[in-house]
Amino acid sequence: MIKKRYPRLFSLLSSLGVTLLLSGCDFVLFDPKGQIGVEEKSLIITAILLMLIVVVPVIIMTIVFAWRYRASNTKATYAPDWAHSNKIEAVVWTIPVLIILVLGTITWKTTHSLDPRQPIDSEHPHLTVQVVSLDWKWLFIYPEQGIATVNELAFPANVPVRFEVTSGSVMNSFFIPQLGSQIYAMAGMKNTLHLIANEEGVYHGLSANYSGHGFSGMKFNANVTSQEKFDEWVQQVKQSSAALDADKYTALEKASFNNPIERFSTVTPDLYDGIVAKYTHSSGSNAHSLSEGKE
Amino acid sequence: MFGKLTLEAVPYHEPIIMITLAVVGVLGIGIAAALTHFKKWKWLWSEWLTSVDHKKIGVMYIAVALIMLLRGFADAIMMRGQLAVASAGAEGFLPPHHYDQIFTAHGVIMIFFMAMPFMVGLMNIVVPLQIGARDVAYPFLNSLSFWLFVVGVALINISLGVGEFAQTGWLAYPPLSGIEYSPGVGVDYWIWSLQISGLGTLLTGVNFFVTIMKMRAPGMTLMKMPVFTWTALCTNILILAAFPVLTATIALLTLDRYLGTHFFTNELGGNQMMYVNLIWIWGHPEVYILILPAFGIFSEVVATFTKKKLFGYTSLVWATAVITILSFIVWLHHFFTMGAGANVNAFFGIATMIISIPTGVKIFNWLFTMYRGRIEFSTPIIWTIGFLITFTIGGMTGVLLAVPGADFVLHNSLFLIAHFHNVIIGGVVFGYLAGFVYWFPKAFGFKLNEKLGRIAAYLWISGFFLAFIPLYMLGFMGMTRRLNNYDNPAWTPLLYVALVGAFVIGAAILVQLLQLYVSIRDRKQNLDLTGDPWGGRTLEWSTSSPPPFYNFAHVPVVKDLDAWWDMKQDGSANKAPAKYEKIHMPKNASEGVIISAFSLVFGFAFIWHIWWLVILSTIAMLVTVIARSYNEDIDYYVPVEEVTAVENKHLQVKQASQA
Repeated sequence: MIKKRYPRLFSLLSSLGVTLLLSGCDFVLFDPKGQIGVEEKSLIITAILLMLIVVVPVIIMTIVFAWRYRASNTKATYAPDWAHSNKIEAVVWTIPVLIILVLGTITWKTTHSLDPRQPIDSEHPHLTVQVVSLDWKWLFIYPEQGIATVNELAFPANVPVRFEVTSGSVMNSFFIPQLGSQIYAMAGMKNTLHLIANEEGVYHGLSANYSGHGFSGMKFNANVTSQEKFDEWVQQVKQSSAALDADKYTALEKASFNNPIERFSTVTPDLYDGIVAKYTHSSGSNAHSLSEGKE
Repeated sequence: MFGKLTLEAVPYHEPIIMITLAVVGVLGIGIAAALTHFKKWKWLWSEWLTSVDHKKIGVMYIAVALIMLLRGFADAIMMRGQLAVASAGAEGFLPPHHYDQIFTAHGVIMIFFMAMPFMVGLMNIVVPLQIGARDVAYPFLNSLSFWLFVVGVALINISLGVGEFAQTGWLAYPPLSGIEYSPGVGVDYWIWSLQISGLGTLLTGVNFFVTIMKMRAPGMTLMKMPVFTWTALCTNILILAAFPVLTATIALLTLDRYLGTHFFTNELGGNQMMYVNLIWIWGHPEVYILILPAFGIFSEVVATFTKKKLFGYTSLVWATAVITILSFIVWLHHFFTMGAGANVNAFFGIATMIISIPTGVKIFNWLFTMYRGRIEFSTPIIWTIGFLITFTIGGMTGVLLAVPGADFVLHNSLFLIAHFHNVIIGGVVFGYLAGFVYWFPKAFGFKLNEKLGRIAAYLWISGFFLAFIPLYMLGFMGMTRRLNNYDNPAWTPLLYVALVGAFVIGAAILVQLLQLYVSIRDRKQNLDLTGDPWGGRTLEWSTSSPPPFYNFAHVPVVKDLDAWWDMKQDGSANKAPAKYEKIHMPKNASEGVIISAFSLVFGFAFIWHIWWLVILSTIAMLVTVIARSYNEDIDYYVPVEEVTAVENKHLQVKQASQA
């Protein structure tokens, strides 16, 4: 009787939960627009379903036991000295162990396949964007295009993007929820994050690590377009009168709140490497190797 | 003369702060006036402040913890209020300078100055009684620990009115917390309040480790120790291993800020990642320091109120020991997104998941204790059932966050916030509140009002779900933590629901205050004359409520795991021994208060760079310590006549109430 009831309840509850979560595209993590995000969504759902195998029975048992063995129910068995059962011990150790074995295997595999510095297979060569977090804005440098922007990101759909992330200030986290993984931006370190958008659209980006008073304003939109539209956008940026040189960068380093979008038609070559190197010039560039080491 | 301290340090322009200070000031003057009027200063000083009695120290710890719960909750409701209104370009009522202090203070207060003292307080009241000891191993040190903790509380609250608090988040990651990005005194308040109270915690760890290892009643082998004492032992081992790391890490940050060193700065080879690793090598064990005693409380409660032996004692003990060890090899799961390699991330992710196995076993042990029991639905068991359901969900979301691939999108989101509040409220807070109701009659001699206790528990449980389920959902909506304002309209309705949940929790806290008031008012009707109001199983219930200051006239001899239950069964309980003996007890000591008072001056002077005062207070502390070490008048013997009188009186009352 009980054996029959559990699986049915289980599937009902889980399907109910999932539909609830999937309803409405406000739940951006369940409406991913890039391959990494898609894989992470299915990983989250798999892990939750696996764990519900234990969680749902535990919750049901709590309620059933509490009700059945209430003091006023004198019909229920009362065994005051019963405190040990090898069978139950075996079951309560084995089942969690088995679930963790499965989940652990999945974890090992996905941690490697979703490693942020793992390049994404694609017919297109990847686009490189260098990301610098500043107080309190994002600077994006396109080394291949020779342009730069502040708080505005654009790239073509279906083209893998290699983000090289660092900070010109304190720690931040570069995150576009609908595309997938985030990565920390830290001064003196070059972190790598590979993402791809499979659909055109405007995706909201933000800093996911508190960085001071202006942190809430570190928002940007990632405009994912066709290759042609992207090329047009690059041309538009190149029309901009502003150029990003050392002086302009020094100005950008100054703290600002809700910084408007800025566009720079040219960028001093190696500006990005200079920003990273500024904090690694000291004896034995200890941190630099963190993400470079394995590439 | 006064370092960086000027009159401008007082935030006159912040109405919220000034009103709070005014209320606190009026309350303080009121209390002082009452003490003077009723001539109670001397009583307060000699009976409480200088007491080395572990029970009184425990009560004082919990009193401070409850006051700090109110302060931390006030912070919480302001944050929820801000986020409910600061949408679509609105700035809300808290500018970043103030809001960022609030979320930092909320975290620091709730962990260090609410949860920790609540736990240490319960441990103080219960552990010596449970192991049949007359006090802790080092009673004076216990008093000093308490007062050093109070200094931490004092400093963080002074920061409200003099200067500012840190605006860095509760763990003060550099370089944001470095002098370059946080030039104010906020981080210095953070440093010294944690450093001084952390020293107190470390001393508590030493004290209770020795107490449990060396002072158990004859016959109480390790595997006959009550589960709460077991979890307390493991917690104190964790304190001993983890708190020095916190002390050292904060010391390095202090050097960075005060002497211009570069341990964690951006420049000159400083490494912020080192700080993040170190702080979590303390920080992860810290959450187990908090939760293990809560597990112990639930174990005591569930066995007592189901009128049944605890199921699987041995596996529960082993599960606790395994968690203790594993808690040291999982710290990296707090920053999978830092950029470590896949092997490293996978190792720490899987290690974290493995902890869920012994934790799951514990849950089943409590469930099977209920199985075939006779469950009495009093307040502590309602907390336990609420815990079992809530904590299981929190455990699940925790394991989900331990999967690096999932954490890459959930890290630092409101999902994370919901998760740790789920385990800390659903586990730690529910556990301590269950312990509060459970042991209250032991400490004070009367029971708390049952009806109001249940209402509070139901309000807490439902308030928790209302406040934090929306946060889980917001995490899936891509909302990140510590935002001051936002422009995504989809988030607003859920944030309203969370605010309502916070109000329900607020109502729960009010009901608990009411419960305290009503229970004290009606204490005559709820007196516990037997010392054993719940039909308990462990030794703390074998003595009177409240226990005599020496706890046990005769140190009990333990034969069984549930020692008191065993004595009740074989008829050896409640019998007066043939004769009593004199009892060796420690004397009250004022040095703990004095040393701590100087350490408060020391911390304050350091924060404001008042160097002459730093030197003076250091000398004063050292002189007091030396004076204490030459003080040989620290103990005395309670004469046989006094013991006999106290014990006979208790036996009479007990027999009268049972007749």
